[in-house]
Amino acid sequence: MTAAQMILSSALWLALVVLGLSFLLTVWRVIKGPTLPDRVVALDMLVGIVIGFIALIAIRTGFTLYIDIAISLGLVGFLATVAFARFILAQGRGDETVEEEVRPVVPAPPLAQKRKRASSRKPGAGPAVSGKAKK
Amino acid sequence: MIEVLIAVLTALLILVGAGFALVAAIGLTRLPDVYTRMHAASKAGTVGSGLMLLAVALHAGDLSTLARALAGFFFFVLTAPISAHLLAMAAHKRGYPLHEKSVRDELNDYRN
Repeated sequence: MTAAQMILSSALWLALVVLGLSFLLTVWRVIKGPTLPDRVVALDMLVGIVIGFIALIAIRTGFTLYIDIAISLGLVGFLATVAFARFILAQGRGDETVEEEVRPVVPAPPLAQKRKRASSRKPGAGPAVSGKAKK
Repeated sequence: MIEVLIAVLTALLILVGAGFALVAAIGLTRLPDVYTRMHAASKAGTVGSGLMLLAVALHAGDLSTLARALAGFFFFVLTAPISAHLLAMAAHKRGYPLHEKSVRDELNDYRN
């Protein structure tokens, strides 16, 4: 075994151990995580660590084809995180009422409301508009 | 000689990348709320896996491998902040609380 191979081999072993340790810490956060976003963040992090594992295996075996697998895993992980974010956005926390959920977070400025009302008004429907304006 | 140099550089990239991943995992474990954990995971974790991809490219010494590794690196670096921002916005809109020691919540100030 030449010096270069020995340096590379020992660095690979050390990096595999360190990555395994960080993988275990992240899995602990997935299990423990008190809220759903914590778990999603930890799963996103797990994808990153597994990409690191794939890169190490690519160096160890010499198959550079593993890089393509890492790229596609990163794509899947990104899409999964985006889907989870939409899911978190769509769900309530469970302890708030439906009315609070439906309420828009940013209150619309009065000008926009007026314009919306004006655009929905039809030329002949005067009384209906005045009845609605009370709201 | 050049072989040893490339091996040393590759080993350095691998070890630094693994160190970044470990730091991100420790941050994910130790930080108090979801927003600070997100800050640890999305920055340090991305750099960790990206450095290891660059190590593969350096080890192979091949132009096509280098191109693919760079494409993967930039893909991760570009998508990690997007997913972290989406997740933070969703969690904040749903009202997941900040840690009690947080000094300010500018997104909340902006909304009210």
